[in-house]
Amino acid sequence: MTQLALVIDLNVCVGCHACVTSCKEWNTSGEAGFLSDDNPYDKDPTGTFFNRVQTFEVGEFPNTQTVHFPKSCLHCEDPPCVPVCPTGASYKRPEDGIVLVDYDKCIGCKYCSWACPYGVREIDEHQKVMKKCTLCVDRIYDGKLPESERKPACVLACPTNARLYGDIHDPESVVSKAIRENAGYALMPEWGTQPANHYLPRRKTEMRIHEDELERADNPLKIDGRLPKPGIKDPSLDDITSW
Amino acid sequence: MNPAFSVIFLTTLLGTGQGLFLALFVIEARVAAGLLTAPSVTFYWMGSVIALALLAAGLLASFLHLGHPERAWRAAAMWRTSWLSREVIVLPAFMVAVAGYGWAHWQGLPGTLWLGAAGAALCLGLFLCTAMIYVCIRFLQEWATPLTLVNFVVLGCASGVTLTTALAAVLDESITGITGVWAIALTSAGLLTRVASLWRNTRLKPRSSLQTAIGVKHPRIAQKAQGFMGGSFNTREFFHGRTPGALHAVKWVFLACAFVIPVLLLAAGLATAVSVLLVLACAVQFGGLIAERWFFFAQANHPQNLYYQAVS
Repeated sequence: MTQLALVIDLNVCVGCHACVTSCKEWNTSGEAGFLSDDNPYDKDPTGTFFNRVQTFEVGEFPNTQTVHFPKSCLHCEDPPCVPVCPTGASYKRPEDGIVLVDYDKCIGCKYCSWACPYGVREIDEHQKVMKKCTLCVDRIYDGKLPESERKPACVLACPTNARLYGDIHDPESVVSKAIRENAGYALMPEWGTQPANHYLPRRKTEMRIHEDELERADNPLKIDGRLPKPGIKDPSLDDITSW
Repeated sequence: MNPAFSVIFLTTLLGTGQGLFLALFVIEARVAAGLLTAPSVTFYWMGSVIALALLAAGLLASFLHLGHPERAWRAAAMWRTSWLSREVIVLPAFMVAVAGYGWAHWQGLPGTLWLGAAGAALCLGLFLCTAMIYVCIRFLQEWATPLTLVNFVVLGCASGVTLTTALAAVLDESITGITGVWAIALTSAGLLTRVASLWRNTRLKPRSSLQTAIGVKHPRIAQKAQGFMGGSFNTREFFHGRTPGALHAVKWVFLACAFVIPVLLLAAGLATAVSVLLVLACAVQFGGLIAERWFFFAQANHPQNLYYQAVS
């Protein structure tokens, strides 16, 4: 079993939206047709996107953390959007676990978007079919591309390498190791959707130093410097002849 | 959720048509059991024609909801997993049964009671499919309750039987009394079950929060940007965009128009034998049920809304 997925490191994401624009560029230029936009350069622009970067502020001023949060289809292992589809247009590929929409079968009833708790499905307002992240399925299997470029467009675009891509069912893959070793978590675990995409938490690198490590415990007089030289008759550890 | 009028009309028109057909069948069953004097044949086939017209109007409304209505036939494919697909199969089957029932009465054919029983079974199946479309989405907590199914059945039957009473007032006054009493009973029951679901929903605790949505453990999280300045499907489909006050007003309007006023009009119409009041009760109740269904959708709070709390 293979389950391709993204792992997004919130500790590294700087919120530059490069993944958003590269996703839009790749997916609006592909064989499956364009992603509709309305008023792109005018008042109230709107359009179909597979990926967005949102920003949250955690904490209260002045102790705040800014969290940039990229959000796209999580390719759930138990996707609630798939069984509700009346036509079978929405499906999960058994071979690699990618959740896809067959645009030729979709009737545009929007029921799958209601059945997704994450809000990652968008209707294309002109083609009138439901669209969502394909994990760049038209790119990752393209044999004409060099091996290193057979990755989703967002992963290739990320300047800080915050997006990792791989098979989370392979315990030795880069994504499995990242989830395992850096506390990767899933979104809204309460609904049992088992998202394949995981997020790595914000992490602070801190040294743990105890007080007795800052101050010499064997210096009760708190005087730094040479210890007084013991008398010739005094017992000494480093000079057995005086014993 | 942002209520779509196509779905509001679909569910209310289907419910009324189903309730009307069930009333015709129950009347015929009681006549067969000798508990009721038989109404005219015209009443049966006219009732069936009106039920069929309501179902057809509901079906038309559902087509208006689709982005690609020309592909609607594909929706029968996934009946193993999708309640929507099951509804797509049961609805035409029920319409055929209603058409056959009305035609058999018109032609005076025997065996209409058995045809009616088959239609009634399909009718109950259609109620189940329609309601389960909403009940089965477990994270829309306002819908994910057996009360949703109960309300679809009881409100559909109440509006259908009120329509039957109005129809009887025009076509055959001999059964107005009994159907009027049924209509009052069902509408009162509908008030109880709908208030029960309203009461349940005021006490709901959302299982998802901003903390689980982005996976950060902190009591204070505020969205600073949703990723775009203009709207998107996410901001249009899942927010009704009305004030809490407007929602509150719609709630009281539907409680009055779908339940209280129709019961009073029905009681007054039965007591004074003024058939206009019965027809008025039917009209007011249908309007009230449209408001009820609008509120049903608007009240549902989708967890995806957690991600769209601030533009920038």
